[in-house]
Amino acid sequence: MTGLFKRIWLFYFEGFRSMKIGKKLWLLIAIKLFLLLVVIKWLFFPNILETHFNSDTQRSEYILEYLTQPKE
Amino acid sequence: MEHIDMLVDWSRAQFALTALYHWLFVPLTLGLTFIVAIMETIYVKTGDEWWKKTTKFWMTVLAINFAIGLATGIIMEFEFGTNWSNYSWIVGDIFGAPLAIEGLMAFFMESTFFAVMFFGWDKVSKKMHLLSTWLVAIGSNLSALWILVANGWMQHPMGMRFNPDTARNEMQNFWDVLFNPNAVNKFLHTVSSSYVLASLFVIGVSAWYLLKRREVKFAKRSIIVAASFGLLASLYSISTGDQSAYQVAQTQPMKLAAMEGLYKGENRAGIVAFGILNPKKKPGDDHDPFLMKVEIPGALSFLGYHDLQAFVPGVDDLLYGNEKHQIAAIQKKIDEGKIAVAALKAYKEAKKSGNKQRAKAALERFRAHEKYLGYGYLKKPEDAVPNIALTFYSFHTMVGLGTWFLILLILTLYYTMINEIEKKRWVLYAALWSIPLAYVAHEMGWIVAEVGRQPWAIQDLLPVGMAASNLASTSVMITFWLFAILFTGLLIAEVKIMTTQIKNGPEEH
Repeated sequence: MTGLFKRIWLFYFEGFRSMKIGKKLWLLIAIKLFLLLVVIKWLFFPNILETHFNSDTQRSEYILEYLTQPKE
Repeated sequence: MEHIDMLVDWSRAQFALTALYHWLFVPLTLGLTFIVAIMETIYVKTGDEWWKKTTKFWMTVLAINFAIGLATGIIMEFEFGTNWSNYSWIVGDIFGAPLAIEGLMAFFMESTFFAVMFFGWDKVSKKMHLLSTWLVAIGSNLSALWILVANGWMQHPMGMRFNPDTARNEMQNFWDVLFNPNAVNKFLHTVSSSYVLASLFVIGVSAWYLLKRREVKFAKRSIIVAASFGLLASLYSISTGDQSAYQVAQTQPMKLAAMEGLYKGENRAGIVAFGILNPKKKPGDDHDPFLMKVEIPGALSFLGYHDLQAFVPGVDDLLYGNEKHQIAAIQKKIDEGKIAVAALKAYKEAKKSGNKQRAKAALERFRAHEKYLGYGYLKKPEDAVPNIALTFYSFHTMVGLGTWFLILLILTLYYTMINEIEKKRWVLYAALWSIPLAYVAHEMGWIVAEVGRQPWAIQDLLPVGMAASNLASTSVMITFWLFAILFTGLLIAEVKIMTTQIKNGPEEH
């Protein structure tokens, strides 16, 4: 089993090490994921229903209230 | 009220921006994976090292596109939670299940078979490597299936029931959702047109090599594979486009009317081959809808109903009703929708006060009118009409370009087969300049699909105005510009890395 994991590890490790253009791409992926998942998600994208309410019952009540009080 | 309109407009603009940018990366991946798999199959069959070199070059191009496009779709998932939280709650598990399957499939495919495809050339057998390449192609296309199933459901909701206690749509039949005709056609049309885009990309890049008199053998081989694949995909795309139009006619007639700028319905309705809309035209007035047009008689009736004589309702028929053809006016649907909203409210209040009898009666009333629920939120009938000019011009640009691509694919395949392609420099230039046109056609397709179904987030059930979260419109505006900058940066990076790689040629990857 340890041998299998070692082979899988070496497969990925050597694959990444021998890349040419891939290194540039991975750097780009890392920067992008940092911007998307850390900066943008953290600063601008809280899930409104998740953060404002504690339970699904409260969320349902809020949406039902919203649906039955149309904006005039 | 003005704040809400601005908020909805900015939220829609932001979602449109992220979706359109995301779609700049996806179709090339969907198509190029198959082209690469075909090339590698030829290599494994023939043992010719040239094909291995050709496969590896296009695989590198695929890797660049994949890496830069990776996770650009994730912003849309953030937006569901932030900008469209009401919508996300109401769609419930209908959206959750396909997206979860897509996420799992993408993760397993990308972390295993993608790795074997890129790292495994000298580490696994030829056949294992080929299998991995095919699985990447099939897996990435299946990923698209789940997203398009979710989109198809929004265009034509089925297989669910609205639960008035939780305010969520609950899945009643998974197979109805999966095999929703709208979703099936949308998937087939989207992937087949993605294959056309990828083929045009490969042909365009190969044409550039031929214009530069470089990599001639490589370029011709690439054109043969891409043009053959693209031609088959193009013909299939025409057939799936026809099926999509048929579906639209049955389930979204207002979208069909907008696609053709048809205000007054008619039997033997024609398709506008070329036309300029009259900007003064409004629904219900007597202005001519077109300043000029060239029409193919009967074609729209045939496209929409597979009958040359069929009546195709126009915007005015759908808006104000048409007794002869038993089409209800939107105002009638608005009235029914308001009854559904009032019944839902009465049900909620009766439940709260513990009056079971009143709750039961209110629920029955709601069920009788719920198919028009969304209309209850429209302020006036005209709100049910999408932006006709944008839908019309996008549709006609897409169809026009699709026709041009078919001609181009035939020309490139023919001249390459008779070994004349290098002499036909105008064909090579046309192929090169058709790369951006393929992207334009794809984006136009999405505009037709999404703008044409407005004002609905979920067809007939939830207008976009009710789907949006109550946020400050300025924060949505700020994030709109943030994304515009981020995505433009990614696009510039992609084009720069890609062009450098192409200039280096197949020897260097």
